[in-house]
Amino acid sequence: MELKEVIIEKLNGTIKDAVLEVSDFRGDLCLVIRPEKFLQTCRFLKDDDELGFDMCEDVTAIDWAKRKNRFTTVYHVYSLKNKFRLRLKVNLEGEMAESVTSIWASANWYERETFDMFGIKFTGHPDLRRVYMPEEFEYHPLIKEFPLLGIPGSIPLPKK
Amino acid sequence: MDNRIFKDESNSQILHALMADTDISIDDALENEMILNMGPQHPATHGVLRLLLRLDGETVMACVPELGYLHRGYEKLAENMSYMEYVPHTDRLDYTSTMCNNVAYVLAVEKLAGIEVPKRAQYIRMLMAELSRIAGHLIAIGTFAMDVGALTVLLWAFREREKIQDFYDIVAGARFTTSYTRIGGVAADVTDEALAMIKNFIDNFDPAVDEIEKILNTNRIFIDRLEGIGILSKEDAIRLGVTGPTLRGSGVEHDIRRSNPYLFYNEVDFKVPVYTEGDCLARYFVRVEEVRESAKIVRQILEKMPKGEVRANSPKKVLPYKTEIYTKMEELIHDFMIVNFGMNPPAGEVYSAVENPKGELGFYIVSNGKGSPWRFKIRSPSFCNIQALPTMIKGNMISDVVAIIGSIDPVMGEADK
Repeated sequence: MELKEVIIEKLNGTIKDAVLEVSDFRGDLCLVIRPEKFLQTCRFLKDDDELGFDMCEDVTAIDWAKRKNRFTTVYHVYSLKNKFRLRLKVNLEGEMAESVTSIWASANWYERETFDMFGIKFTGHPDLRRVYMPEEFEYHPLIKEFPLLGIPGSIPLPKK
Repeated sequence: MDNRIFKDESNSQILHALMADTDISIDDALENEMILNMGPQHPATHGVLRLLLRLDGETVMACVPELGYLHRGYEKLAENMSYMEYVPHTDRLDYTSTMCNNVAYVLAVEKLAGIEVPKRAQYIRMLMAELSRIAGHLIAIGTFAMDVGALTVLLWAFREREKIQDFYDIVAGARFTTSYTRIGGVAADVTDEALAMIKNFIDNFDPAVDEIEKILNTNRIFIDRLEGIGILSKEDAIRLGVTGPTLRGSGVEHDIRRSNPYLFYNEVDFKVPVYTEGDCLARYFVRVEEVRESAKIVRQILEKMPKGEVRANSPKKVLPYKTEIYTKMEELIHDFMIVNFGMNPPAGEVYSAVENPKGELGFYIVSNGKGSPWRFKIRSPSFCNIQALPTMIKGNMISDVVAIIGSIDPVMGEADK
């Protein structure tokens, strides 16, 4: 049995109704996870001996602009043992998401970046500050309403 | 007996007391912890990295990296331009190994669009990526040695790197910002003369590395300053998600060229160097060995280089050659459509990762079927490696901070996007 099938079967067998949707576009396995079961699923994926997704490579989000549930968070996790990368997605209902820093410590900065760029607040994050933009900056640049050229006056320039 | 010394006592008295008793403390405002602001303009932080260090004497108690001084919003820019237009921007990510970024980006777009690229083009990309890796590692080794005080190596490393940049000039037309790859192939074929020059360079390359190794590996000061400094354990390395030489220096055998081969890395023979010590010296050794392995790969590529086309035959997605645009109507129309409206890959999302000199460079692209991506995410290795800095620096001396930064070799163009 292929690893992709093993992952889905194991998840369905352990955590009921966690996987909402499975897609396999261009060989990337992507699972959409129910928000309430997300942390539980992550913990299982990391701790399971056979799967062993021990590295969190990336956390980001997608802004769908006009959809009802506007934000989707995207996680890329890698299993060093199986040499396999899995994508997890959660369709958020508001701007709140659960932090996975307690499971993968590397998610710390990735979640900070996502907060900086999209304004998604990760509950349970130890240090949710902006990474790139200044602390006093009011906007979140990667949401679709933010104009490409920026907002004049949003970052004070040094006096001449 | 109270042997504390106060400030108003004269110097000779202090000196006398210091000689008499080594267990002594000076009652001074500076005695306690202090905050040191290192960077963003500091020669040893490799760009505009800013570190806030809390010091107790000379020991670093805590370190907080601050980023964003070079943030240009490349993800936002990508959402507002066509896939083809974005290639030059990838040069500006990790500017020490531009070709690697070019290759990484087009591989992601080709994966999304489902374009089959001719074998010769893939081999040329591999050749350029490996030369670029050598150039990137040479800078890393040179500046790293400079950070701990050995200036000669920097000049030697840059001498070799200059030769590689000359090849870029011949092949891509630019020495630094190459933008050589195109979606579906490369900008131009590599001539036989250029290949002969590269062969000549790579045949004489090993003595140059020997030279660098000779001056550093037997250098007492160099070894003493790096051995056992900035240790990152295997568990911490995985936990903090570091990649590249930093991960392999901590004893994890993970190289995407080996574990998830892209291009034709499964057809060439190379070794993945791994050191288990996890200190600065181990990371230096990994880089030196990787340079040698890359040279080995380049030699194999030159031997195996197949003949044929360098651009895919997929008129709706791949730009035609300029000569064809001038002479054929069909090609002119396709060129107009691709340049003005983009190449419109199918709706979907892909993540494509390659092994860059600094670590895993990944591009996550969400397409809605239009000419520009809906969401474009760069997973930059430097950003993720800097995250492990506080763990490595904590408990070390302040003079070791520059060595530790040099050993993970961050490039801020990439970390700040």
